[in-house]
Amino acid sequence: MTLDAPLESRIAGWRSYIAGRRVISPSDIDEMEDHLREQISDLISVGLNADEAFLVAVGRMGGLDEISREFAQEHSDRLWKQLVLTGDTGGESGTSRRPGELAVVLACALGAGLAVRAGVEWLTESALVRNAALLVLPFLTLYFAWKRDMRPGRIAALALPFAAAAVVLNVFPFEPGGVTEIIAAIHTPVALWFAVGAAYVAGDWRSHRRRMDFVRFTGEWAVYLALLALGGGVLMGLTAGAFGALGIDLEPFFEQWIVPFAPAGAIVVAAWLVEAKQQVVENIAPVLTRVFTPITIVMLVALFVAVLASRSVVDVDRDLLILMDLILVLVLGLLLYSISARDPHAAPNVFDLLQVVLIAAALAVDLLMLTAMASRIAEFGFTANKVTALGLNLVLMVNLVWAARLGVSFLRGRAGFAAVERWQTRYLPVYCGWAVLAVVAIPPLFRFV
Amino acid sequence: MFIEKDLVAASATPLVLGILAEGESYGYAIIKRVNELSQGRMQWTDGMLYPLLHRLERAGHVSATWCVADNGRRRKQYAITDAGREVLTERTAQWTVVADALQQVWQSTQLPPAATPGWSR
Repeated sequence: MTLDAPLESRIAGWRSYIAGRRVISPSDIDEMEDHLREQISDLISVGLNADEAFLVAVGRMGGLDEISREFAQEHSDRLWKQLVLTGDTGGESGTSRRPGELAVVLACALGAGLAVRAGVEWLTESALVRNAALLVLPFLTLYFAWKRDMRPGRIAALALPFAAAAVVLNVFPFEPGGVTEIIAAIHTPVALWFAVGAAYVAGDWRSHRRRMDFVRFTGEWAVYLALLALGGGVLMGLTAGAFGALGIDLEPFFEQWIVPFAPAGAIVVAAWLVEAKQQVVENIAPVLTRVFTPITIVMLVALFVAVLASRSVVDVDRDLLILMDLILVLVLGLLLYSISARDPHAAPNVFDLLQVVLIAAALAVDLLMLTAMASRIAEFGFTANKVTALGLNLVLMVNLVWAARLGVSFLRGRAGFAAVERWQTRYLPVYCGWAVLAVVAIPPLFRFV
Repeated sequence: MFIEKDLVAASATPLVLGILAEGESYGYAIIKRVNELSQGRMQWTDGMLYPLLHRLERAGHVSATWCVADNGRRRKQYAITDAGREVLTERTAQWTVVADALQQVWQSTQLPPAATPGWSR
């Protein structure tokens, strides 16, 4: 039976509402729509008017959340399949796809790969290492600028940090292979990552919510990149092995083409994967943090005991300083990732307690190490490495001390989770500032050696 | 009447297989048949039927084909397979045992009459 026009439009509305759930495929929706229509015409034939019939029929169909959960359970594979389908559904809040996205992503990945390949060809090795971020990240920024439909004026503004970095990195008379050059090379990607962030949030970097989105994106991007690297590594190993068995040496080819292209492309593609399918990793993020937070606590406590037990005054080994920084970065990463994945309205639970314990343990180990090293640091004076390592340590420690304080008051119910979250998003520019300082100020201070 | 979710879930598979054993059918007709059989006392959430049918299809208990219905719309028809019939036989035996045991225990204990009508068809 044919239904009247307003009813048709309501059914179309229902259909597009269901289509927002990507686990329900269009053919499943066809099946359910057929059901809905029959139900409506039966209800009309027993005397309901069109609107009532529509409401009753939709009501009987059940809550969309429940149904899509059932579909997701039965069709969990679809969550992954969605990754490669393009332009079929869209419409999900915030992740709407633009036509031709795949082509743009591939073009950006290819551009980044070509840039790195050109770098390999024309730059000296140390210049290549210094400029690596400049060869790849502009393409990622470009992708987000396109995806967020930014105005040309703002896109031009995004070019400024890259231009500034290019000037600084190539005008400074770095001693090739020197310490300050390595420090600059490490901190440039960090500083420029915030330029990527500016594009990610479409220039709306004052919004704390958007900043948190970017933190979440960064964590998920890292997970995807690791997965891609793992898969790529296995594939490359297999290929090289198989060709090796045939007596063909692939190494020159790998060195010339795969090594420049694969990582550069993976960086862009990983970003696209996060964009294309946010829900997949949203399920992984809390799991990862829940697994690694307790393990990290155990590791830190063991370390604490070991340092106490050895009782020796630790040498000011720059490796040790850097190691401590990396531990703090790991702890901060866990903290940020779990904050970004947490439902801000939920009441404090055991996991929040664990997080405070984690921060406390990290700070205790850090303080112990620093006091053990303090005398030596004063004795030998400052080198570029030590200043950088200590500075980073300070930056991270300030954040963690305050985060611990806020965490405790959150556990006691004196502050909302919003305060914890806000502190982290407010602190983000400090990392950017520190990275810029490490690139711009430390090399001249230590005469570029 | 309200029937507990777990009970609905447990009985859904044998019920759907049983209805399909009567002949090929499709989603809405299956729901209508359930209502008919339970005289409207077993209310399913209609949307939940489809994931269940897809699960049965993947397990090979039912087969599905798209065809064109009288009204000109595409419709997915389900039919029980031999494997499905075997499962149905097995489930029937299980449910008979359960129903039998319940029947006996209810006969030996004095229950208020309102507690049984869901079973007394």
